[in-house]
Amino acid sequence: MSDPELLAHGCPNGHYTNPGHERCPTCGESQRETVDLADRTGEVLTWTESTATPSGVRRPNTLAVVVFHVADTTVSVLGGTTEPVAVGDAVKPEYVPELRDPDVAVREAASQAWDGYRFRPVRDE
Amino acid sequence: MDVAIVGASMTEFGEREGWLVDLLAAAGAACLDDAPLGPDAVEHCYVANMAGGEFEGRTGVMNALVQELGLIGAYTQRIDQTSASGGAGIHAAWQSVASGASDCTLLVGGEKMTHRSTPESSDIIASLTHPAEYKHGVTLPSFAGLTARLYLEQTDATREHLAAVAVKNHRNAVDNPDAQFHEEITTEDVLDAPTVADPLGLYDFCPVTDGAAALLFVPESVAEAVTDDYVTVAGVGGATDTHVVHQREDPTRLSAVAESAETALEQAGHGIEDVDVAELHDMVTLLEPLQLEALGVTDPGEGWRPAVEGTTARDGAFPVNPSGGLKAKGHPLGASGVAQVYELVAQLRGEAGPRQVPSDVALATSIGGFGNCVTTTVLEGAR
Repeated sequence: MSDPELLAHGCPNGHYTNPGHERCPTCGESQRETVDLADRTGEVLTWTESTATPSGVRRPNTLAVVVFHVADTTVSVLGGTTEPVAVGDAVKPEYVPELRDPDVAVREAASQAWDGYRFRPVRDE
Repeated sequence: MDVAIVGASMTEFGEREGWLVDLLAAAGAACLDDAPLGPDAVEHCYVANMAGGEFEGRTGVMNALVQELGLIGAYTQRIDQTSASGGAGIHAAWQSVASGASDCTLLVGGEKMTHRSTPESSDIIASLTHPAEYKHGVTLPSFAGLTARLYLEQTDATREHLAAVAVKNHRNAVDNPDAQFHEEITTEDVLDAPTVADPLGLYDFCPVTDGAAALLFVPESVAEAVTDDYVTVAGVGGATDTHVVHQREDPTRLSAVAESAETALEQAGHGIEDVDVAELHDMVTLLEPLQLEALGVTDPGEGWRPAVEGTTARDGAFPVNPSGGLKAKGHPLGASGVAQVYELVAQLRGEAGPRQVPSDVALATSIGGFGNCVTTTVLEGAR
């Protein structure tokens, strides 16, 4: 079975977001278009290594904001990283079935998805 | 209708024995003792609180408080705007009097947090995030780390420069008997502290805190009749930014601070240059410079300079957080926005003791999430 999609959601005015919303946060139009980013390469805008993590979250938890080019614009995606990264690194999404332990989270386990993508640096061969 | 504050109080902040309703009742009773009006005058009673249900398993705290303070019959509601609940409470209390719905509104903000472990507290606070953020284990400090790295990359600021905010605010808190911390710290202490969210460390962040604060709002015409010792609410503005933090066009710009301040200052008929003293929401050192930039005190990318150059010290041209701020006074979520205005009321009344700065116009910003929702309040001393 293939991995789920990592979607950027777009409106008719060319604004893209991840995650998607009922209406585009920028212009209020419906987001009718989707672009799958799962196989694309993005660039690390910024990152942090969080050491004071909530229950059920890996420690340390390295997080990054990654920018992907979509059409004539960009879309930012938040996710963990599989290993240390630097600003400007090229990264690719890597599917993780369970990003944290939902059974010890404050939030009701059934109320949201817990799978998703972390980012793996693209190293020179 | 012009609105005045005629009573103000706060409990000591820190690790307190009492539970949420005990803290709210202590602050509320002290506020009524401070005011020239008694419980019989109170028509509305608001409780600013982020997460009493989650921290303590207790809901209905506003009704409990009404009974504890002998206010039965008053309209009451609980106000939650996450860590800006205190600021939102001020917005609601001001609206209630300005609209004529209430001739006397008591606002009490409070939170009880320290009985929970840090991972538990972090998760309760992080539950304000979008599911797409929450599933990755984000915390509010991790947003600060992500933004700080970008800020340090894009500006001339360094970790040492951000540390100057912590050093200043700890120094201010030494003179605040109600603050959680009373020890000065050095730049080296900040830089050597354990990492919490790289590049930021433990001393960049506010502590986990119990505490409560209260304010009593009335029409200015009533205030004039009962006391010479009141403060006017010259302007209040509220605004929002994206719920999903990484979806901001410029992650280092606090647009909701800028918009709420523009509204509040316009109402007050002031520019930022008229403000003599400010209490800003320094949950993390980085937020103080970012707010100075959003308020127009400095140009973008320059907000780190005032703490380094002494401009925001108590004897500087634009004192910021004379109380010690959230950083050193403590941050009991629902209480913080109320306690900011408690400090400014003391400043405008000339009752701040060793923390006193000359002031006629004061400003507070209360931030929810990581700039997600913001209330700005502008106050003036009695005319």
